Amino acid sequence: MSGERAPMTFPILSVIIALPVAGALVVAAIRRKELVLPVAVASSLVTLGAAVWMLVDFQVGEAGFQFVEQATWYQPWGVGWHLGVDGISLLLVVLTAFLFPIALAASTAITRRVREYAMAMLLLEAGILGVFLCLDLLVFFVFWEAMLVPMYFIIGVWGGERRVHAAVKFFLFTAFGSALMFAGILALGFLGGEGGPTFDFVRLLDADLSRTAQFWLFGAFGLSFAIKVPIFPFHTWLPDAHVEAPTAGSVILAGILLKLGAYGLIRFCLSLFPEASVSLVPVLAVLAVIGIVYGAIVAIVQTDVKRLVAYSSVSHLGFVVLGIFALTSQGLQGGVLQMVNHGLTTGALFLLVGMIYERRHTREIGQFGGLGAVMPRYAGIFLFVAFASIGLPGLNGFIGEFFVLIGSYLSLPWYAVVAALGVVLAAVYLLWAYQRMFTGPITLEENRGLRDLGVRETLILVPIIVLILFLGIYPKPALDRIQPSVDSVLQRIEQTTDYRVPDFGTGMAGYEVVP
Amino acid sequence: MTVTPGWYMALSAVLFVIGLSGILLRRNALVMFMSVELMLNAVNLTFVAAGRELLSIDGQVSVFFVMVVAAAEVVVGLAIIVAVFRRRKTASVDELAELRG
Amino acid sequence: MTGTLVSLAILLPLGGSVVLLFAGKRLPEPLAGVIATLTVAGAFGCAAVAAVDFLTGAGEALTVRWFDWMPAFGVDASLGWDRLSALMTLVVTGVGALIHLYSIGYMKGDARFGRFFTYLNLFIASMLILVLADNFAMLFVGWELVGLCSYLLISFWFERETAAAAGKKAFIVNRVGDVGFIVALMVVFAHFGSFRFDTVFESAPEVLTTGTATAIGLLLLVGAAGKSAQLPLYVWLPDAMEGPTPVSALIHAATMVTAGVYMVARTGAIFGMAPIAAGTVAVVGAATALYAATIAVAQTDIKRVLAYSTISQLGYMFMGVGAAAYVAGVFHLMTHSFFKALLFLGAGSVIHGMHGEQDMAKMGGLRRKMPATFATMTIAWLAISGIPPLAGFWSKDEILGTVFERGGAWTVLWGVGLLTALLTAFYMTRMMWLTFFGEPRWDDGVHPHESPAVMTIPLLALAGLSVVGGLVNTPFRTTLEHFLDPVFDAVRLAHVPTGSTAVALAGASVIAALIGIGLAALRYRDRVPDETGFAWRLMGRGYYVDDVYGQVFARSGKLAAAWLAFRFDARGIDGAVEGMGALTRKTGGWLRPIQTGFVRTSAAGVVLGAVALLGWFLWRGGL
Repeated sequence: MSGERAPMTFPILSVIIALPVAGALVVAAIRRKELVLPVAVASSLVTLGAAVWMLVDFQVGEAGFQFVEQATWYQPWGVGWHLGVDGISLLLVVLTAFLFPIALAASTAITRRVREYAMAMLLLEAGILGVFLCLDLLVFFVFWEAMLVPMYFIIGVWGGERRVHAAVKFFLFTAFGSALMFAGILALGFLGGEGGPTFDFVRLLDADLSRTAQFWLFGAFGLSFAIKVPIFPFHTWLPDAHVEAPTAGSVILAGILLKLGAYGLIRFCLSLFPEASVSLVPVLAVLAVIGIVYGAIVAIVQTDVKRLVAYSSVSHLGFVVLGIFALTSQGLQGGVLQMVNHGLTTGALFLLVGMIYERRHTREIGQFGGLGAVMPRYAGIFLFVAFASIGLPGLNGFIGEFFVLIGSYLSLPWYAVVAALGVVLAAVYLLWAYQRMFTGPITLEENRGLRDLGVRETLILVPIIVLILFLGIYPKPALDRIQPSVDSVLQRIEQTTDYRVPDFGTGMAGYEVVP
Repeated sequence: MTVTPGWYMALSAVLFVIGLSGILLRRNALVMFMSVELMLNAVNLTFVAAGRELLSIDGQVSVFFVMVVAAAEVVVGLAIIVAVFRRRKTASVDELAELRG
Repeated sequence: MTGTLVSLAILLPLGGSVVLLFAGKRLPEPLAGVIATLTVAGAFGCAAVAAVDFLTGAGEALTVRWFDWMPAFGVDASLGWDRLSALMTLVVTGVGALIHLYSIGYMKGDARFGRFFTYLNLFIASMLILVLADNFAMLFVGWELVGLCSYLLISFWFERETAAAAGKKAFIVNRVGDVGFIVALMVVFAHFGSFRFDTVFESAPEVLTTGTATAIGLLLLVGAAGKSAQLPLYVWLPDAMEGPTPVSALIHAATMVTAGVYMVARTGAIFGMAPIAAGTVAVVGAATALYAATIAVAQTDIKRVLAYSTISQLGYMFMGVGAAAYVAGVFHLMTHSFFKALLFLGAGSVIHGMHGEQDMAKMGGLRRKMPATFATMTIAWLAISGIPPLAGFWSKDEILGTVFERGGAWTVLWGVGLLTALLTAFYMTRMMWLTFFGEPRWDDGVHPHESPAVMTIPLLALAGLSVVGGLVNTPFRTTLEHFLDPVFDAVRLAHVPTGSTAVALAGASVIAALIGIGLAALRYRDRVPDETGFAWRLMGRGYYVDDVYGQVFARSGKLAAAWLAFRFDARGIDGAVEGMGALTRKTGGWLRPIQTGFVRTSAAGVVLGAVALLGWFLWRGGL
């Protein structure tokens, strides 16, 4: 992780984290209720602007952290304000900043305590951005926990019928993982520091940890991340939380929160505990493949659309985890890209489900049928997003899946072959659901007079559609930014362990591909 | 007769036990509150005495912290007691068993 | 220049599709269809101009680079323009343009007229990506996109439940095959470090062992069997007849379903190293050809006869490319696309004239009412039956001849092919007789009429092609073989028989065809025989294979999934989670009485605790 750029004069990353907080404060001061959401959307758009600025300014081809900000906070504990962004977190930061305005704009169905809702969402955004940008483990943990609180309220206050149960389940599951991780962070800070503890990620990279220590710490971190991803069998909080959460909550939960787990696996588990990671590849690959197939099979028979999409997330995140633990450049690139892709497609699917729910106040697939005739635009967009999720070439899902599958074949051939079955199953559950909801004759009178998507709803979806197409057709800009960083993670693993990225082709090096 | 640290300790112990008895025996919330203050100050006394004996500033630093916390506690605690008294017309803690499991 | 033209060939229909997607509803009816037809005709024009160089012998294969696509795989979005892809492009756009034109008449008055042409144009663009791909990844892109269009067009009339189900089934069965394709891609990349056709095929002899080549070949075959409806993945194609008839003609007869044949021909370098894989391709093809032909014999729906016939003919092509008779396979692909498109469009014309009736039992005697349709379909009938000098005879004969020439066990495949030829002639004659000859058996109120010119002109054009299309590669003039020579330069080709063997084999084919025609003509000449016996029902239902699939995969799969979801997941895994929560709650319940709520009790507890701790410390040896 060498070659960090000289500290910038303008602290763009701090600004990105601070903007949503400022937005929350502004929202708190607003008197008129009908202005709350527009102001919240506007403030998140400003954050998006800052994130896009960062994206444009990002130096392509460099592996290290950029826009680094570093300030010591409390020397004796080795805690500091250390921010930085690299190819692994860059797109996730932008995705976060991109999805929040959309989620907020899609929240017009929230009528109760709108101000508190908007504040919770904006604080959640700040927390998530902090997690992605923080390079000090203690501060990272603070953001990690701070993020839980608004999410807990978003599910628990603005959710569906069993919202409290879902919120508590969500909170307990993740808090259980967090507790272990906190212990792990402390242990790591004391084990890894020289002359006093340090929680600085970059300094901890040089920590000389024993094999045993690595395993314990991997366990503590990994369990927390595995719950968040979620990796089978820690996934059961996810369908409950999704079903009960309001639309925007589901969008953020599936679109971004799940990625925190996968991000953590790359950033912390692979980088800090390489030896343990290499040894635990079989375990995680098995769980990932089980997740791919299992999530998809369970999704097939769900009767609630939201549950179906939730289980499809389990399957998709299985691809991400498989890509990560394939420990090949292509697999890791695919894993990171698939996180972004899943955020876009699943976010869009939840938005779409929310839109039909606002009309019919049900999510039971059996309550629909023949909607294609009454809501052609809605049906068309739904099908488009479903195919993106299925992994149709030309749309974003394909690129990620392709990278993961081919990349993991290089190191884990049989796992990749089994994972390829997920490609069939994705088509089964999504197209069957589409068939039951949108095709055939209209069976229920209630569905006959449904309004098609309005201008506002279409405008909410269009940016996602554009990105789905862009990343599907021309993924190179994204991959160019991801590749150096994941390669440097792999190089670190090769330097510290006896793992070697498998060669492929005719004696070509693991990183280079002959053009 | 010189006043050795032992005397301070003894005094502080006496004050602490008085405060403790107040908490365990009295029913009036206000009095219990005063007893808590007594206990805190008993501890402060040991801090100061020990700090002087050990020629360390740490004891006095700790006392400052305790005093700040105590002041905050007084502000919040008294406000609660007054609010409860207004509503319930009683300051007896035995009538305020709202937290029974 | 050529590169631009090739790119344009894809971009024209793609652009048309985009324009129609947004403007299709606002355009007056025929205009949307006209635009779509013109874009495809334009694509044909571009391809034709670009291909002229090949005909004059000056043309070189070239790569058209679009943009850097997936750097980590070293693969660009780029097109490869060589003789094989040129031929495929011409067939796809040529037949495609005719079918577009026909659709303007066929889809007249449909509520989603514009949308239909959006999909049709998108299909042409996708199919061109498939045949013009210069690497495996692009091939896969086209492969999947044509699957998407097939899905969209089969379930075009989605208000019909059967249509929606058929579309979904087609996509999913194709995806099953795609798993094979994807795994093949994995193996290819792991061994070559590249997806580019030229790199892979050039280095294949050094890089691949026979075992690996066989594995790749068999995996590709799985993918090809899905797309080209071969055993055991053929079940989606008969159902795909739910789509509008022009779709059946374009996608499910002339072009998309031949993608598997194209892929095997394209990857001939790999199959050449893997005789077992190539042999399997041929055996699957032969088995499918015979199997589907027997089913076609007993169909009552005119489109289903043609669907099974398509499966059977694709079997021939597989037999050809499996036997390394790549030119013959591609040749049959081409001629088949002419006469089978014609048959489907003719059937569509019949259905159109019969107000949507598809059951042949309710037709008969149509030859006088629909003379143009009858005349053109007669040509197609004779062409597919293998009557010289029509197109089907030459290409089918070349496949059978090459297979025979390889000798040994291949002779058995030749026999199967010959038997299939007999059956083909039989069921096609049956179809013609039930439809056009005999007495009318129409329902009341049905007044058959000839289709408008916009529909009959494509019929005539295709009929012309069905007559002369075979002449591009006869034993006397092997123009096509010379044309494709550079493509299969590096690939070992099987030999076509010559001399008296060739004549004898051709004679056998013709005799088989004549026997088939004669038997059917005798049987259906003056009556509609009763065909409800056990054997007829068995064949009519396709040996109940589809029903068995339905039970085994769909039904029990759903049951298993339900068990997994509602028992294992909800009760098992989540039960454990919720159980832990319940246990915590119960424990809390037991401990509740301790909390009396009296402040002084709590204070006493604190004191006791402090004293206990203090005691412990003292007892353990002082503070």
